[in-house]
Amino acid sequence: MARLLDVIREELDLTGTKEGCGEGECGACSVFLDGKLVNSCLVPAAQAQGAELRTIEGVADGEQLHGVQAAFLECGGAQCGICTPGMVMAAVDLLRRCPQPDEAQIRDGLAGNLCRCTGYVKIVDSVASAAKRAVAVAEQALQAGAGANP
Amino acid sequence: MKGQAPGCRVHTPASLAGALELLAAEKGVWRPLAGGTDLMVPFAAGKLPFMDFLNLWGLEELRGLEISEDAITLGALSTYSEIRNHSLLQREFPNLVQSAWVTGAIAIQNRGTLGGNLANGSPAADTPPSLLTYGAEVQLQSIAGSRWVPYENFHTGYKQTVMLPEELITRIRIRRPKGNNFHFFRKVGTRKAQAIAKVCVAAYARVEEGRVVEFRLGLGSVAPVPVRARTVELMVEGCVVDTLLIAAARTALMEDIRPIDDIRSTAKYRRTVAANVLGQLLEEMVEHFDRMA
Ligand SMILES: Cc1cc2nc3c(=O)[nH]c(=O)nc-3n(C[C@H](O)[C@H](O)[C@H](O)COP(=O)(O)OP(=O)(O)OC[C@H]3O[C@@H](n4cnc5c(N)ncnc54)[C@H](O)[C@@H]3O)c2cc1C
Ligand code: FES
Ligand code: FES
Repeated sequence: MARLLDVIREELDLTGTKEGCGEGECGACSVFLDGKLVNSCLVPAAQAQGAELRTIEGVADGEQLHGVQAAFLECGGAQCGICTPGMVMAAVDLLRRCPQPDEAQIRDGLAGNLCRCTGYVKIVDSVASAAKRAVAVAEQALQAGAGANP
Repeated sequence: MKGQAPGCRVHTPASLAGALELLAAEKGVWRPLAGGTDLMVPFAAGKLPFMDFLNLWGLEELRGLEISEDAITLGALSTYSEIRNHSLLQREFPNLVQSAWVTGAIAIQNRGTLGGNLANGSPAADTPPSLLTYGAEVQLQSIAGSRWVPYENFHTGYKQTVMLPEELITRIRIRRPKGNNFHFFRKVGTRKAQAIAKVCVAAYARVEEGRVVEFRLGLGSVAPVPVRARTVELMVEGCVVDTLLIAAARTALMEDIRPIDDIRSTAKYRRTVAANVLGQLLEEMVEHFDRMA
């Protein structure tokens, strides 16, 4: 019974998804399966048959980083980087469910992801900044739209 | 490849009937696999004594939620996320919704199932105390038919249940609370996310004309199985809310629980914490009903 994590890393050769604990505790292996955040180390590959899979490689739009990725770069949310793909996935999931989280909500959304380097402060800052950035982008789009169609 | 044990088989049945047929035909061979959040950890570590998995994840018959006038029936594959996001459950069964919130983190809640939590049989699991407060029943089905078992009789000993090898948990039914009621849930662990409970307490009470007419108290991590605290329940039921003897209830609780020392905590700590939480819950309950009066 292969784990989804092994299929992703070894058969699909998508090595952005990491293995930390292999026990569902650290979140380094987080991916979206049918749009839901899961720990791929706990998912039997047989259960992913026919499902839509999105890994960290599919978060950016070509060369254009996702807002969460850009915010991690800008705020120093990554040090060694092992936890980062999972953190980004969990943050993307959180902002989808809760676009304007407060600090407690950010910490709650990332509660399944462990980091041994940063002490979490810069990770929380990154997610907060990504949320602000998303609002700014949405407002710009709204204004541009309003300009075009008065 | 980790977990790629030679000789291991995964069978994905097309229907519930197909699953039950296989369980009956090859008794004791196939191990049900739901969300995998309990099974995959020992499996990947090579610690499981069995190798053949019956993959239930795709069985629509085990999903969904039915609402009737008196009860809510949840499919065994209901996930924690489905439970915590359901507005009717949020309104009427706050204990169960809180159990779902405190089980692991989001990624676990997206895969872990209610049926898996019960079948796994851990005395430290978080949904059992809540289910005990809502008079839950479990439907067990085999090729020969189905039966409803009161959840309080489901566990027979540490990690032992009444379920036969050819049976599956198909549904869990909870009674809809009526009247003037109070709900309480508390998990005591080392940290907020992902920690296994040291003590878990849930309660449900209903009051009529100032008197407690129904009181159910469920506890986890204080005995080899999740338990109802019968001595305390009997003591509280029938009492006028304002005359509840909280200190006596705390003492009576010691009759109902049999905690042990283990890696997470000690028996002494668990007794103290369980009694303290009971004290808090009774105080909150009195305040709640006083406000409503
Ligand atoms: C990181 C982490 C954190 C966790 N935190 C918590 C926590 O806070 N609280 C808690 O209570 N649990 C916790 N768990 C345990 C686990 O997530 C739950 O027990 C979950 O509900 C198991 O459901 P599942 O569908 O994943 O079960 P599986 O792993 O698929 O199965 C578990 C057991 O149940 C049997 N089974 C499953 N479904 C059925 C069925 N329909 N009929 C008969 N047998 C069946 C299987 O054969 C197996 O023995 C945690 C696990 C992990 C990995
Ligand atoms: S590797 Fe999957 S949660 Fe740690
Ligand atoms: S940056 Fe190293 S583990 Fe998080």
